[in-house]
Amino acid sequence: MSLRIFHRSEAVIAAVLLLAMILIGLVNPAFWQLDNLFGLIRSNVVIGIMALGVLMVLISGGIDVSFPAFAVAAMYLTIRAMLALGYDGVVLPFVMATLIGAALGAVNAAFVHYVRVIPLIVTLGTGAMVRGFLLGMVGASQINIDRMPKPLIAFARSELVGIGNGDGTHYGLTAMVVLYGALALAVHLVLRYTLVGRSIYALGGDAEAARRVGFDLRRTTFFVYGAAGALAGFAGLLHSSMIWLANPRDFAGLELDVIAAVVLGGASIFGGRGSVLGTLLGVFMLVMVNNSLIIMKIDTTWQRVVVGAIVIVATAMTAWRDRKRRI
Amino acid sequence: MSREQNGAAGAPAVPRTRGRPDPVSDILIELRDIEKRFVGVRALDQVSLAIRRGQIHCLAGENGSGKSTIIKIMSGVYGPDAGQILVDGVPVARLDPIAAIRHGIEVIYQDFSLFGNLTVAENLALGHELREKRRLVDWRAVRTLARRAIDRLGVEIDLAADLETLPTSGKQLVAIARALMSDPRLLIMDEPTTALTRREVETLFRVVREIQRQGIAVLFVSHKMREMLEISEWLTVIRNGRKVAEGETGRFDEASITRHMTGQDLSGEPYRWRPAADGKPPRLDVRGLVLPGDTGGTDFKLEAGEIVGLAGLLGSGRTELALALFGMVPGHGGQVLIDGVPVRLSTVQEAIARGIAYVPEDRLTEGLFLAQSIERNILVAAYDRVTRGLMLDRARARALAAETVAAMQIATPSLDKPVGQLSGGNAQRVVIGRWLMTDAKVLILNGPTVGVDVGSKAEIHRKLRELAQTRGLAVLMISDDLPELAQNCNRILLMHRGRLVGEVAGGEASEASVSDMLRRLS
Repeated sequence: MSLRIFHRSEAVIAAVLLLAMILIGLVNPAFWQLDNLFGLIRSNVVIGIMALGVLMVLISGGIDVSFPAFAVAAMYLTIRAMLALGYDGVVLPFVMATLIGAALGAVNAAFVHYVRVIPLIVTLGTGAMVRGFLLGMVGASQINIDRMPKPLIAFARSELVGIGNGDGTHYGLTAMVVLYGALALAVHLVLRYTLVGRSIYALGGDAEAARRVGFDLRRTTFFVYGAAGALAGFAGLLHSSMIWLANPRDFAGLELDVIAAVVLGGASIFGGRGSVLGTLLGVFMLVMVNNSLIIMKIDTTWQRVVVGAIVIVATAMTAWRDRKRRI
Repeated sequence: MSREQNGAAGAPAVPRTRGRPDPVSDILIELRDIEKRFVGVRALDQVSLAIRRGQIHCLAGENGSGKSTIIKIMSGVYGPDAGQILVDGVPVARLDPIAAIRHGIEVIYQDFSLFGNLTVAENLALGHELREKRRLVDWRAVRTLARRAIDRLGVEIDLAADLETLPTSGKQLVAIARALMSDPRLLIMDEPTTALTRREVETLFRVVREIQRQGIAVLFVSHKMREMLEISEWLTVIRNGRKVAEGETGRFDEASITRHMTGQDLSGEPYRWRPAADGKPPRLDVRGLVLPGDTGGTDFKLEAGEIVGLAGLLGSGRTELALALFGMVPGHGGQVLIDGVPVRLSTVQEAIARGIAYVPEDRLTEGLFLAQSIERNILVAAYDRVTRGLMLDRARARALAAETVAAMQIATPSLDKPVGQLSGGNAQRVVIGRWLMTDAKVLILNGPTVGVDVGSKAEIHRKLRELAQTRGLAVLMISDDLPELAQNCNRILLMHRGRLVGEVAGGEASEASVSDMLRRLS
């Protein structure tokens, strides 16, 4: 069957994405210029890394709205610690941010697994608490470029390709996209080729059946929420390094964008379905739409309307797909 | 006839199978004088049971008779309070689930425990991978393993398909194939035919015989008499936690099994109906009903007090016809008259207001609010009758619900019990009882006794007859269970590809003729 490829959600998403790119290019030919495309890819990195974590949570049948708070906490704590200690490295801070995120994710997992609170409520609560603690106990002041650790900025400025314009301005493709690609590949391999990864699909498909077949669901739950937290923590510090700014109030409302991107990428909000490739496409689509709205000078408040609509339409489409499969 | 066994006598029975030699080593697993209590209630009382190697053994009993308790003891989920379990003639001190699997005992539960979102191949291989304590998935090995497991059953299933795209029968075959992967010696199947069509049951039986040919014993737990008689070699009947009969299957017939299962003789009177000479128009008069996308119309009449069967293969349009009458297929053509008055049935509300009641095929998902109380489930279609101004009249609501519970003989200590905790038979009575409150004139039942045990089934049939006769209801009964139709209907309509193609009178003789006609149609 030649059309069988379109039974895969990824092919449909890719087709829609291509169509959208052609349309946007027709309205605004500047879309296809290299500096715009490089900028788009750059905007994919942070949201994309967070989306990889959310993808795993959604597949497991859960949901996570706490990760933006965890990302901010990991980022801000790490940078404050670097400043306080006068530390000048790059690797260790990223390890620390990742571990802070993982530890906070483990708290989510504990409530979900042991107390059996539904994940939405758990992560709403932990997210709010982490934000509150951060602002109340650690500080609410922004760390600007003058005090930002220089090594982080230098690291995040590295480029794969750099092109100078004649007029002295410069644009390039950030090397951070390599990190994003490596993490995406890693998550893909975990989901596809490890039993922990398959246990995430099993848990999202039917938790009781997963227990009966012999999966250790405690391990799976801790892995999923821990990984989501870790990826968020990593992305948080990366974000701050890329914009040369550490703002403890950052990422407000980002959970909507990321969940929208993952659902747009074909993951089921009811669990059991989703892929890394789809998520990459979904993230690209969402970032591109946001970006195009900016280019078209549409007010940022209207962007929220568009993102909200994307969540609803994409969820409705996957729900429709899942219903059809069941018949 | 079967040998009656007095539960208290306690002598372990060693069954004999069809003239084979009878060495002790022939017995795979034996329960001796097993007792099990749950908070003071005696679930099993001195039950003894022996299963031979490669035997197809049937465990018969009504819901709540202790069948599931026996399964759970054999599979190590429960430990017995007294008695002995012997495997290969050796007493087993403690049988836990893992030990049971090591002894080669596998259970296929009714819900299969499979993953709809994963492929058939992965569903088959997951357990094996976990047992091997693998960390990485070798997809090539998964496919090979799955292919071997499916081939062993001698059936054809697409390994790359997502499991949820398979019909129930396909899922069941996958569950069986998965259970066989750990090379069991005894396969316990809990009510395996409940959701299957006749043809799927035949496939299942072929597979079961294939399993037996490989030397594996099968314990078939069921309450469907016909199927037990067809598949098994040895039959054990339990009632109220006691073994009441056992023996070679050939020594039983439907009547004797029913008698053992229920402890009483159930009436075998076919339903008779005499037209009243009052010249009233028929309760339901369907003229040229055309469903969207269909050609040609359907005509039939139901008189007050009639119970009319509607038989047809799956996909014959039976359910669509019922749904159209219940206002769920907008855009149907033709004319419907109730008591001689033409009515429009384009929404469910209209249909209910005109006196049509529908009991759906799958009462659990379509007919009941499982987490809600009996009272609410009964009143849900009739709340407008228990209002006082804008408010509910709670006292009146409760009184009406209590009346219905009594009229339908629903066994429950309280009106507040969630319907999800009732047995199949009682839950079905709640669905039927609900319609007594709406002054229904035409009652359409789709599979009225699917998943209901014999005793309850007879009760429901008796109730339906009584409703038809005393309230002048016209009943349309859709069922795959031909004996049920023959027994309870004064005539049976046959449907094929959206058309009525024949009609036979009810009674014992009609069963054969209906099944003949169905066979010719397929």
